[in-house]
Amino acid sequence: MPGMNEAGMIEAGMIVNGVRIDESFAEAFDMRGTALIITADTPAWAETAAVSLTGFATSIIACGVEAGIDARLSPEETPDGRPGVRVLLFAGSTGELQKQLQNRVGQCVLTSPGAACYAGLAGIEPLKLGDALRYFADGFQISKRFGGRRFWRLPVMDGEFVCEGTTGLTKSAVGGGNLLLMGKSVAATRHAAETAVAAMAAVAGAIMPFPGGIVRSGSKVGSKYKGLVASTNDAYCPTLRGLAASALEADIASVLEIVIDGLTPEAVAEAMRVGLAAACALGPEAGVARIGAGNYGGKLGKHHFHLKDLMP
Amino acid sequence: MSALRFQLRAPPPQRLDCSALTPDRLRGVSLAEIARLPLQTTRAALSVGDVFTIAAGDAGDIVIAGGSPLMDDIGAGMTAGTITIEGEVGIRAGHGMRGGRLRITGNAGPYAATGLLGGEIEIGGDAGDFLGAPGAGEPAGMAGGVVVVRGSAGARAADRLRRGVIVIEGDSGDTPASRMLAGTLVICGRAGAAPGYLMRRGTMFAQHATPLATFSATGSVDHVFRALLARALAPLSAKAATLIGGAALARFSGDLAGLGKGELLIAAAA
Repeated sequence: MPGMNEAGMIEAGMIVNGVRIDESFAEAFDMRGTALIITADTPAWAETAAVSLTGFATSIIACGVEAGIDARLSPEETPDGRPGVRVLLFAGSTGELQKQLQNRVGQCVLTSPGAACYAGLAGIEPLKLGDALRYFADGFQISKRFGGRRFWRLPVMDGEFVCEGTTGLTKSAVGGGNLLLMGKSVAATRHAAETAVAAMAAVAGAIMPFPGGIVRSGSKVGSKYKGLVASTNDAYCPTLRGLAASALEADIASVLEIVIDGLTPEAVAEAMRVGLAAACALGPEAGVARIGAGNYGGKLGKHHFHLKDLMP
Repeated sequence: MSALRFQLRAPPPQRLDCSALTPDRLRGVSLAEIARLPLQTTRAALSVGDVFTIAAGDAGDIVIAGGSPLMDDIGAGMTAGTITIEGEVGIRAGHGMRGGRLRITGNAGPYAATGLLGGEIEIGGDAGDFLGAPGAGEPAGMAGGVVVVRGSAGARAADRLRRGVIVIEGDSGDTPASRMLAGTLVICGRAGAAPGYLMRRGTMFAQHATPLATFSATGSVDHVFRALLARALAPLSAKAATLIGGAALARFSGDLAGLGKGELLIAAAA
């Protein structure tokens, strides 16, 4: 079955449970990453703060940061013994990550009833968290350092906002792992994507930053219009068969993409492996008929995740 | 390897400067050289060998068997390793310590943990006055580390405390947390008169205390930070963890005769 190789040529892949797997690879890039633990009095309020913080964070193209929920934590797993959520944030530069971290925690966690925020990663360098937000307290902030960690207590209207001084930065993060799910109907393709994302969500250290973990508007580099750095991926748009060089066969009616960011290349590979297995298990009728991966010929991204290496 | 062990021969005839008996200063030093180290604080010469019998062992783990209230500056300036004193000690135990663990099974004299910057001190008995307080001419007291006193402490505990945590599992003398700059003092028993006198910032917990009129009641907000601190202290002091992480505490802000940004958190305010 067709799939793009590193030279942009279509070549044969394999068939797993009736699903055609492209001889292709996902091309991913180095990113800066960090993690936070957000706690609150109830799981619902921890979730609310985390959802708010990770909102409008699908792509660094226009959001500054890519972010998502990595895990829900039990009270035993959080620093203050309350229910919590671990979120991951990824950006192209340390400066942008610091800026987004400060803005998002300041606007979405500081403001959320009962929420507290802690480091979720022991990184190579610190990123300011409470060390930057403390000034909101207008001189009434309280510093507490114990157990080798510094915490800031900011008086707020419901009591106190407790925030750790810093969190950790990793420069080993990877962004842009992906799967292209191609199905015979819109509904079956969506079902396969939802199933894959649900399975991939259990992988620690990786997130799928797009809405529900799924992208329907995959992009290619460049545009016919000046100033646009990306435009619709015409090769995978079913309605453009005949107008653009299509990568789709006649039986494909819909394509959805799952993009993965991870704190390590291993986390991205594991998420792709789990997603492939879940999608393949559905078969070509209930799920998708073909699975591929997006790349730029292999010359732009340092990390290449070959589908044949990730097969169940 | 067993510990490097010092056995007190007899009660010392004068106050001793024991600051030489730390892992940092004894590592790689022969027993003969250790025996010649001076301990005297008067003109009458007195060496380690005159006061102690010495049994060879790991200099990173020092045991001093048989304490004395005349043994001053135990563990002063140590940065790593452990010192255990089986008995009591004199003034300034752990003076300027930066790391490691100092364990005293008996009582400690005044100014224990003065100038403490890091590490951990455990006093099995009582501590004297000015626990963690600044020495003469010093602008601030203890500035890091953790001190746990299993018994009670004298007056002025945590005076001008700058940073770090002091736990007193028993009662404290008068004016605990006086002039406190920051940091945390936990009194699991009863605090003496005038707690937090002229404190600027910082936190004092107490089971029983009577705040001065210059402290303002601010309700009993259930702080998240209490849970954090209770978890951090649980391995060191179950009593402190129970007080800090337990039922809601009455909070008082003060001392409003000064800067007023300190806080008293009291289980039973009288």
